[in-house]
Amino acid sequence: MGNKITGAHAFMQALIEEGVDTIFGYPGGAIMPVFDALYDYDKHINHILTRHEQGATHAAQGYARVSGKVGVALVTSGPAATNAVTGIADAMLDSTPMVVITGQVGATLLGTDAFQEIDVVGITQPITKWAYQIRRPEDIAWAVARAFYIARSGRPGPVVLDFAKNAQIQEVEFDYKPCTFIRSYLPIPEVQPSQIEAAAALINGAKKPFALVGQGVILGNAEKELLAFLEKADIPAAWTLLGSSAMPTDFPLNKGFLGMHGNVAPNKKTNECDVLIAIGMRFDDRVTGDLNTYAKQAKIIHLDIDAAEIGKNVKPDAPVLGTTKETLPAITAKLNPAKHTEWIESFKEYETLEFEKVIQREVHPESGELTMGEVIHKITHATNNEAILVTDVGQNQMMAARYFNYTKTRSMVTSGGLGTMGFGIPAAMGAKMGAPERTVCMFAGDGGFQMTIQELGTIMQEQIGVKMIILNNHFLGMVRQWQEMFFEERYSFTEMQNPDFIAIAKAYRIDGTEVHVREDLDAAIADMLKDDKPYLLVVNVEKKGMVYPMMPAGATVTNILLGD
Amino acid sequence: MENKLYTITVFSENSVGLLGQITIIFTRRAINIETLSVSPSALKGIHKFTITVLTTEDIVSKVVKQIDKRVDILKAYYNTDEDLVFQEIALYKVSTEKLLGLGSIEELVRKYHIRILEMTPDYAVLQKAGHYEETQQMFEELSESIGVLQFIRSGRVAITRSKVERLSDMLESIQQKFEKK
Repeated sequence: MGNKITGAHAFMQALIEEGVDTIFGYPGGAIMPVFDALYDYDKHINHILTRHEQGATHAAQGYARVSGKVGVALVTSGPAATNAVTGIADAMLDSTPMVVITGQVGATLLGTDAFQEIDVVGITQPITKWAYQIRRPEDIAWAVARAFYIARSGRPGPVVLDFAKNAQIQEVEFDYKPCTFIRSYLPIPEVQPSQIEAAAALINGAKKPFALVGQGVILGNAEKELLAFLEKADIPAAWTLLGSSAMPTDFPLNKGFLGMHGNVAPNKKTNECDVLIAIGMRFDDRVTGDLNTYAKQAKIIHLDIDAAEIGKNVKPDAPVLGTTKETLPAITAKLNPAKHTEWIESFKEYETLEFEKVIQREVHPESGELTMGEVIHKITHATNNEAILVTDVGQNQMMAARYFNYTKTRSMVTSGGLGTMGFGIPAAMGAKMGAPERTVCMFAGDGGFQMTIQELGTIMQEQIGVKMIILNNHFLGMVRQWQEMFFEERYSFTEMQNPDFIAIAKAYRIDGTEVHVREDLDAAIADMLKDDKPYLLVVNVEKKGMVYPMMPAGATVTNILLGD
Repeated sequence: MENKLYTITVFSENSVGLLGQITIIFTRRAINIETLSVSPSALKGIHKFTITVLTTEDIVSKVVKQIDKRVDILKAYYNTDEDLVFQEIALYKVSTEKLLGLGSIEELVRKYHIRILEMTPDYAVLQKAGHYEETQQMFEELSESIGVLQFIRSGRVAITRSKVERLSDMLESIQQKFEKK
């Protein structure tokens, strides 16, 4: 057997065995031996010091989402672990592969309310795929191998390793074996031919088929398989927020964005189609609205890798368990080539309606104040629709989801399930680290930007070339919109006095421009995109802008307000 | 949909924190656990949980899937009473003097099929196995007649009537499929 090394060194070697080359972290007492070992591995592992542990987790998420690799965050015990909780929960709801390592007090102090001791496993169990406490150095190799296997396999998600300090210090013989099998965990269900047959038969008999595309297509690396499936049977398709960029924007069968602020046509058509094919999506309430009136006329096919999603919200007539990489081509092979020209044409009526009532004035205003939609529209075009979009949460997010365009997959990073304000800046840092050759455009509101504004320090130190755009309306815009619509315009604590964002960026030695009028927008965008350096563009948009269309929470999917 | 008593059976690896992982799934949906029994199963290293809950079939089916999905859970399923042979055990501590004062202990023993586990001049400990209603009926009868000093009832243990796949066979087939790959 080999020589003994410390647990901290064994841990570093285990990370390298798992192919980790980037870590987002923040040191502290109970993780110091690991940070000390990291000092010896700086050629193998690039550690990014964030300014807050929440930032480390969101950065790891952004990194994972664009690269498909497991994001890694490394923080200390106690408050660091609780600061990481938001990112862990976010990764759980959005199925993002991530391993978070938290320091922990030594094993003999566990359970004694020691300094910076908190029950991390207990806190994170409900929001992780797996949470494990490493109490002895002999468990390190096993636990790390298992953590990465669980995080990345099947439906991905976060794993927490709570690393007791004694196990970091004590010595162990390092013997690493990757984990490829856990008998109690079968990440990819075997494809059932009978389910494939049933799904194909329903689609072959459909006159008005309609597909809903979720993140399961991206996570399954099944983008090509999706397009082949849709093209063969001529099936129009729309996407969920997390399914953004699974299909190119200009793909002819791409019928747009689903849900509360989605496009009119796909929401209306959900209740007109005869066969609804949900692909790697989970019928979130922001997509379905009232389940009692959702797609009742349609036969429903649900493709998912997670058996617990089948029937959770919508009971399918034909469930198809498995990874989209296998199930989509298996169904496609059994499809009769078809044309649904008339059905697809019927989307146009609603597309025209939405353009006239909403898009025209939002994206192509000729006078008045700047709108969020036009800023997003101009920026996506200025990047030839090739950039990665990262959003914060709220109006900025919904507007960006509506108006940003894609030519490539894995081009959209947002906090969908948890809706975490403050996600934008750190997630954009991670996205840029995960795809350094690509342009990363991050849209935030003035509210969310200030929730993690300290990460400008990380951007400065690492010179991470993210393009940050604040759509500044001096309001917590989405809440203000709800107050206007549903709370009798009682604007309870939603108006904000904001700092001089450009001055703050300057203090962090980040370039920026502030735009007040339409005439200056193009030049400012060109200035932002002229190089690969970090940049802050503040655009002062109309104060009382509204995101339309809107399906009110809990309403029927066809009950869409256009704001006219 | 009507609430009904469902028995959930869970096989898990014997790892720390498993019970917590299972109970939080009930907590999220505000489902009360009626009874709970945990013990090593017939297979070494595998624990078996028997949980009863009052809820609807729709909810219990979803909850069981969410339990089954946890990494350290080998298998989870649910049954109604008709599918099961089940039992609970109850212990009753009563005053020996009052017990003897009943006149005929034999009658009590025959009626309830009780066993007397211990008897001292002060107290006696009686044991009865049965369904909830049966152990409850005896508790009520004793409470009224001679009083019960202490009472404890176990969670339910259950065995399925149907021919279900044995866990050992399931594990073997999982292992074989993995090795083929």
